[in-house]
Amino acid sequence: MRVNFTVNGRRHEADDVWEGESLLYVLRERMGLPGSKNACEQGECGSCTVRLDGVPVCSCLVAAGQVEGRDVVTVEGLADFAAHRAEAHPGTGCASGACGTSLDRAKRWKAEPAAGDETRDTGELSPIQQAFIDAGAVQCGFCTPGLLVAADELLERTPQPSDADIREALSGNLCRCTGYEKILDAVRLAAARAEETV
Amino acid sequence: MGVTGSPTNINQGTRTKGGIGESTLRPDGILKVTGEFAYSSDMWHEDMLWGHTLRSTVAHAEIVSIDVSEALATSGVYAVLTYDDLPAEMKNYGLEIQDTPVLAHGRVRHHGEPVALVAADHPETARRAAAKIRIDYRELPVVTDEASATAPGAPLIHEGRDDHHIGHVPHPNIVHRQPIVRGDAAAAEARADVIVKGDYYFGMQDQAFLGPESGLAVPAEDGGVDLYVATQWLHSDLRQIAPVLGLPEDKVRMTLSGVGGAFGGREDLSMQIHACLLALRTGKPVKIVYNRFESFFGHVHRHPARLHYEHGATRDGKLTHMKCRIVLDGGAYASASPAVVGNASSLAVGPYVIEDVDIEAIALYTNNPPCGAMRGFGAVQACFAYEAQMDKLAARLDMDPVEFRQLNAMEQGTLLPTGQQVDSPAPVAELLRRVKAMPMPPERQWESAGEHADVRALPGGLSNTTHGEGVVRGVGYAVGLKNVGFSEGFDDYSTARVRMEVIGGEPVATVHTAMAEVGQGGVTVHAQIARTELGVSQVTIHPADTQVGSAGSTSASRQTYVTGGAVKNSCEAVREQVLEMGRRKLGTHHPAWATAELLLEGGKVVTDGGEVLADIADVLEDEAVDIELEWRHRPTEAFDLRTGQGNGHVQYSFAAHRAVVEVDTELGLVKVIELACAQDVGKALNPLSVVGQIQGGTIQGMGIAVMEEIIVDPVTAKVRNPSFTDYLLPTILDTPTIPVDVLELADDHAPYGLRGIGEAPTLSSTPAVLAAIRNATGLELDRTPVRPEHLTGV
Repeated sequence: MRVNFTVNGRRHEADDVWEGESLLYVLRERMGLPGSKNACEQGECGSCTVRLDGVPVCSCLVAAGQVEGRDVVTVEGLADFAAHRAEAHPGTGCASGACGTSLDRAKRWKAEPAAGDETRDTGELSPIQQAFIDAGAVQCGFCTPGLLVAADELLERTPQPSDADIREALSGNLCRCTGYEKILDAVRLAAARAEETV
Repeated sequence: MGVTGSPTNINQGTRTKGGIGESTLRPDGILKVTGEFAYSSDMWHEDMLWGHTLRSTVAHAEIVSIDVSEALATSGVYAVLTYDDLPAEMKNYGLEIQDTPVLAHGRVRHHGEPVALVAADHPETARRAAAKIRIDYRELPVVTDEASATAPGAPLIHEGRDDHHIGHVPHPNIVHRQPIVRGDAAAAEARADVIVKGDYYFGMQDQAFLGPESGLAVPAEDGGVDLYVATQWLHSDLRQIAPVLGLPEDKVRMTLSGVGGAFGGREDLSMQIHACLLALRTGKPVKIVYNRFESFFGHVHRHPARLHYEHGATRDGKLTHMKCRIVLDGGAYASASPAVVGNASSLAVGPYVIEDVDIEAIALYTNNPPCGAMRGFGAVQACFAYEAQMDKLAARLDMDPVEFRQLNAMEQGTLLPTGQQVDSPAPVAELLRRVKAMPMPPERQWESAGEHADVRALPGGLSNTTHGEGVVRGVGYAVGLKNVGFSEGFDDYSTARVRMEVIGGEPVATVHTAMAEVGQGGVTVHAQIARTELGVSQVTIHPADTQVGSAGSTSASRQTYVTGGAVKNSCEAVREQVLEMGRRKLGTHHPAWATAELLLEGGKVVTDGGEVLADIADVLEDEAVDIELEWRHRPTEAFDLRTGQGNGHVQYSFAAHRAVVEVDTELGLVKVIELACAQDVGKALNPLSVVGQIQGGTIQGMGIAVMEEIIVDPVTAKVRNPSFTDYLLPTILDTPTIPVDVLELADDHAPYGLRGIGEAPTLSSTPAVLAAIRNATGLELDRTPVRPEHLTGV
């Protein structure tokens, strides 16, 4: 079958999709977007978390056909998604799918290679991505994309979360390397930086 | 079109000073947060096929017949391979003993053993074709424990063994046996005022790295193959892969892809040979990606263990003797079992001074899943048992458990049961003091918070099972001893190639090693070392591959020590050559070139007095200095097979934990409130990464204390819970706060005085949590993990 949907603000089309394929598989293997991860493919680890019409979902549990005509944000589009949100709705969250990435910005992230530079102010990352790097929340990094999407959605909903809020919001995302302390630090850091700038 | 996701150089920027001791950020951090970092499961190649492995559905059986015809006739299938299709004389592989068939030959020895391979144009096509392969099994009796392994007439897991352990084991179903005898435990027993005995069980833990076993094999025009894969040791893989492909090693070119965690589970091969076989057979690139179900069968686990311990002590609290017997279940294939036995036996006494000991450790061959390396490697199981013993002894003597441990703690100069002297700082008592001195988390918060009490902080959490009723707090302590590096006489070296040249007017260093970056941050540290030694700000980390010499394994807490040491050593050689070049070219400009001690700092050649002699760029001009050298730590010795004596270890690592738990005694639910850790790291090359390692290791230890266990059916030897639904991993709701106190007492034998750090926190975390639960409940709890039924008696 053929499926059409929007990913990070761009229309994507995939042909010859077998009906049993997941959104995760189509993103990774047919659309060249392997950022969403395949740690368990059974809806337990959260490494494949994406926004589907604004709602965080395990993309491994969503059949590709269900996404027809809908709007997906993956880790690859997170920086633009966050930047657009900040421009369109300064100081507030925006949980609807209307917060998609503009075509212009989506092109921009694709065209630019990573700076390969670990400095603290690249300006091309979303606040939560920057906070994960700065706080040491990334080790092997396999859980990172899903956690970033989930944490970004938390901060959109709850800009100043308590520790218990953070733990509850991220409890669907397994991490095997960090023991989660630095992930908590990263979310706290992103929240604190947001508060400073308001 | 080339390989998508093929690794590229990682360039370190110029704005960071970033030498050793600074918390510089990961050079791969941006790639990892943007989703661009290419893990082994992200590889893609035009026209690639998908490989799938058919695995045995029974634990022990003769294969009467295999019929692949229907699978082969399936549309979209390019190849189906069985044992009969293996191309070379060599059909087995293994880390130490080549006892593992690439594909089963006439017999399967454990549930999930690979039997056949399929390559197809879609992963689902490959899976469905594999399901059409008909295998007729004739089931055989299963060996599941020591009794069934050594019973008269027990089936031999490996008949006709000819490995180098067979001569000293009492039964062919025992992989390796290591006794360690020192002093006279029987005589010392007479001096004991109290004797404490215990039998303990340590469950089978899974590494549960998140990035599944995966990779891409691309057939090459020269008849060889290019393999992109996630592993812990490229050259060890290569040594095992090439012979079964019938290729010389230089025709199997391996490149490390992004590795999504390892923790020991990638020391053994998984899909490497299978992908290469399918690629060479079909002439097409072949990708294999395990799903989580298959991953549970695709790698070895931590050895479950039965441990019997006996300790004696005098009335004033001095340990008199220790006797123990440790039985590790190695499962169907040897993997790292011999080395795990060596660790379990030589570290069985823990970080204590006991002069009279009688130790025996064995690993079994059974039909259970193969077990091998996992973080802590033999020392973890022993620590769980000896720390339980310490608490029992302290209780019998009516002493404080921390003071009792401190009274018997080893220190620099202590002789281990192997007769080896600990010749670097061993701050065991100090670590215990520090962890005990940390402030305690507030008690009974739910009472002071009144109606604002957050159930999420209570046992049962969001399930809202208690508002504090029946909840009891407990506190427990533990400390552990881990060796660093490969022991027992292994030639444990690493190799680093360092290049220095001028690019765009700036001196740039390139570091090329085969070190597997599995998340630990080795790439960060290598760049820091190069900056410190060569005075450059720009460092390029070349992708890890087999075009450079071996780095050894990312295991045994060894990489910062050994490959870090190799990078430092090669940098020193490059520096000498740069200075020599400077003396030759510019020596006449200033007398200090000949007389002063010279350094490279801030892109310049400076004297030890700080005088600048030249820009490095002006010394190098358009020349490059490029040096590849091997580097070794001090040699070790094998343990005597009868007495266990020998200088077997390179270095030690120590950590202590204090666990604070709250237990709902009615429902048997445990909430770990805090796991405080103090660890000596010698020198923290990157403090942020050091703390991250300690916290991560701590939580892996907590996992096996309260939730993680692979359940193997005792009758069928089949794995019952191969999924993240049924194998429980700690989530962020389960984990406590983890305050960390880092001590830096230099080991003068090691580069920069550093100590390997990755494993020690995994040792003491588990027994500390168990001690805290015992403290809360008054129960004996002689097994781990603890489940609700163990606490409620239901």
